Amino acid sequence: MKLGIVVNEGPYTHEASDTAYNFVVAALEKGHEIFRVFFYHDGVNNATRLTVPPQDDRNIQQKWTDLQAKHDLDLVVCIAAAQRRGILDENEMKRQGKDAYNIAPGFRISGLGQLIEAGIQCDRLVTFGD
Amino acid sequence: MAMLHIVNKSPYEKGALESCLNHALEGDTVILIEDGVYACVKGGRAANALASVKGIRFAALSADLKARGIGEDKMTEGVDVVDYGGFVDLVTSCDKTESWL
Repeated sequence: MKLGIVVNEGPYTHEASDTAYNFVVAALEKGHEIFRVFFYHDGVNNATRLTVPPQDDRNIQQKWTDLQAKHDLDLVVCIAAAQRRGILDENEMKRQGKDAYNIAPGFRISGLGQLIEAGIQCDRLVTFGD
Repeated sequence: MAMLHIVNKSPYEKGALESCLNHALEGDTVILIEDGVYACVKGGRAANALASVKGIRFAALSADLKARGIGEDKMTEGVDVVDYGGFVDLVTSCDKTESWL
């Protein structure tokens, strides 16, 4: 089955990003297709490559990046939510005249249309968040 | 049109479970995840509320129960314990999902 995932909560807040990650892993193990993971609202904070959690804690961003590389997932960050929270890719850095960008490998910034498309294309859309 | 309701808030903190139970229809399933699993604790007000609802299946995520020390001895009856794979199966076997955030 084709599944879409929405993550509305930042990392290390409650558990939404962890739950979504574990759900995606379990769905892939069962042979389902993950059409897209859409990071919305504070969920965009999962996509910064500048997080440095303690060594004995999980690195949530890195886990998503690694899973993306392994399964070629489409990890999409909402552009409007990202701009409000300082999540930029190289293009947005130039466009906004900023001196740095911080998007993690494996994530891409795009618009809300990507969420709508996931809602239309997927058999199920599952939301994790606050 | 069976719906899977996903509740991730403690019933002792937020009204998500109560709202969910007010809207869930016969044949639906409610899965309790994250702090939502506190509703499973035997003898609690929320566990009594679950018991009073007819025609709805209840499930709880095993990893979240374990993380909160809710073992079998503390579980109320009538709630199926599922792992993440079971959670995925519930999503695919129901027609729609609704997260009560």
